[in-house]
Amino acid sequence: MEMRKYPDREKHLSLPLTSEFDLAARKVKRERRFGLLKEELIRLFFLANGVLAILVLIGIFALLLLNTIPAFKEISIKEFFTGRTWDPTSPEKPEYGILSLIVSSAMVTVGALVIAVPIGLGVAAYLSDVAHWRVREIVKPIIEILAGIPSVVVGFLGIVLFGPIISRLFHVSSGLTALNGSFLLAIMALPTIISISEDSLKAVPLSYTEASLALGASRWQTLIRVKFPAALSGIIAAIMLGMGRAIGETMTVLMATGNARSFPHGYLDSIRTLTADIAIELGEVPYYTTHYYALFAIGFVLFLITFVVNLIADIMLNKYQQREL
Amino acid sequence: MRTDRVNQKMVQRAFSREDNLALFPSYGLLVSRKEKMGQRKSSEHIFFIDRILNKNSKKGVRKMKLFSKNLLSIILVSFLAFVGFITFTSGVLEAQRGKMIQIKGSDTMVNLLQILAEEYMNRYPGTAIAVLGGGSGTGIAALTNGTCDIASTSREWRQREIDQAWERGVRPRFFVIAIDGLSIIVNEKNPIEKLTMLQVGAMYRGEIRNWRDVGGPNLPIVLYGRQSNSGTYVFMQEHVLGNKNYSPDMREMNGNAQIVEAVIQDEGGIGYVGVGYIYDDKGQIRKGLKVLNIARDEKSSAFSPLDKAAVDNGNYPIARPLYLATNGKPNPAVAGFLSFIIGPEGQKIVEREGFYPISTKHREQNEKNLK
Repeated sequence: MEMRKYPDREKHLSLPLTSEFDLAARKVKRERRFGLLKEELIRLFFLANGVLAILVLIGIFALLLLNTIPAFKEISIKEFFTGRTWDPTSPEKPEYGILSLIVSSAMVTVGALVIAVPIGLGVAAYLSDVAHWRVREIVKPIIEILAGIPSVVVGFLGIVLFGPIISRLFHVSSGLTALNGSFLLAIMALPTIISISEDSLKAVPLSYTEASLALGASRWQTLIRVKFPAALSGIIAAIMLGMGRAIGETMTVLMATGNARSFPHGYLDSIRTLTADIAIELGEVPYYTTHYYALFAIGFVLFLITFVVNLIADIMLNKYQQREL
Repeated sequence: MRTDRVNQKMVQRAFSREDNLALFPSYGLLVSRKEKMGQRKSSEHIFFIDRILNKNSKKGVRKMKLFSKNLLSIILVSFLAFVGFITFTSGVLEAQRGKMIQIKGSDTMVNLLQILAEEYMNRYPGTAIAVLGGGSGTGIAALTNGTCDIASTSREWRQREIDQAWERGVRPRFFVIAIDGLSIIVNEKNPIEKLTMLQVGAMYRGEIRNWRDVGGPNLPIVLYGRQSNSGTYVFMQEHVLGNKNYSPDMREMNGNAQIVEAVIQDEGGIGYVGVGYIYDDKGQIRKGLKVLNIARDEKSSAFSPLDKAAVDNGNYPIARPLYLATNGKPNPAVAGFLSFIIGPEGQKIVEREGFYPISTKHREQNEKNLK
């Protein structure tokens, strides 16, 4: 009706609209294309980072393996793994037996777990089930700060605090023992164990708890018989990660356990772990000698142990995360 | 009134949309859009949707761009900074090589050298001296590998080590800077006052295991020693243990100070440390510590490492020179520091720190090596 009077109005009015639309569309298209390119580049960048991490791991593995092989030209594998004496700088006859080192590492790790697991799980249960949320919000970060204490500081505590206490408590003259190392490693493994097992306890679906309580179970029964089994894989993963930390720890055990080479007979003996031995001797070892290669062989053994422990932890953790999803 | 009303209506009717349009073109635009909304609903909606999309996508893109630009520039800048830092530091290191002195090695000497370095830097600004411990073996390895300017060792270099250095093109020159009375320490509560070299050796070989066997209380002996990278460890092994193995029960500590701490807390403990480590800040012997007198053999009398005369004339059996080693003729900066140490000022500091000054014979040898 209106068009009668202004026949070209439509054209006049629609022109800017169309062109604006077109321009915008073109611009969007262009930007999208450019954006895609950028996205691709960024994707590649992150891919490269991921690949780099894997390459580093493979590189370390290869380096250890390459330097380990020459060691066994002069040391028999049997002597290496079953020999009880490690004395490569001996003026009489160098000996390369790492059994006592392996036993020492195992002892101190098991000792640390025996101390840390009950305490860690207790704290985790308290934080996830008993504590008021405000208490949890304060306590959990504090526990996680504990993980950040440098191992040198912990080792120093072992020398000046725990060592003397142990020597007085058990009537041994020196406190620099496997027990001392176990205590300190337990302290260092606690944050990992508490934090991860608390997470996995909290991840147990609320319906489990509700069902259990509805069936008449007490809170204690619910915690022990329902929540712990449900969170078991996460808790095992936490323990394994704590264990990995304890095996690999160097400075603390180096400072606090006395590093005697003799075969340990108990927790009140001084011990020398795999890690401490490498740390002590790698600094002064003449390069490309049997001793040098033997240290790499120890490193390789250590790598395998921590690799297996971490792998198990990872598998466990994965299992538990899958269930949550 | 009536006519007025009619007129008003008429006027209203007269000014229809068209008239409005004619009168005010802008009104037309408005109306036309409204009209278009009615007429071309679908296309109009598309327009609005697209406008929204456009707006949002524009915003999104801009955000993205900003983000990726930032990200890229952060990466780029950090990379450049890294490269720049590397070149800068290497350049600085290159430029400072003459003035920056790296000393590495003996843990027994690290405190003494630190103090000497501080005094020297105070008196002659412009030279930077870094002193690192790690053990004599570490120092020898570092000089051989060319990663330090001076290696400090509390023992003589072995022939094998000198050969290895020569193979790598390093020509070590040695300077005796102080004499150390290697001190055998026990807990204050231990009634033992003196031991012979043989007894100490037998203890550290693990042959004597109880203080009863040397006339002390019935208490197992706990051995404290250093680690195999230590010059003191090697010196003890060569001069006291008769080149035999240490007892595997010896606790291998990280340094002199740790041995002192351990022996103070251990009634049955025995340890060996450089004489400079048995004093506290005030120059007194550390509380809870006892320094044993050592006799060469059963017939000779025992001397204390605190007895300057006994150390000087060689009556104290386990006195030892402390060495610095350079690669070939020391460069001017290193030579300046060395002549400060072996000069009267340096030797005064050596004495203040509990060690003993060098003899004239050593001084002459040092001066020969400086040239």
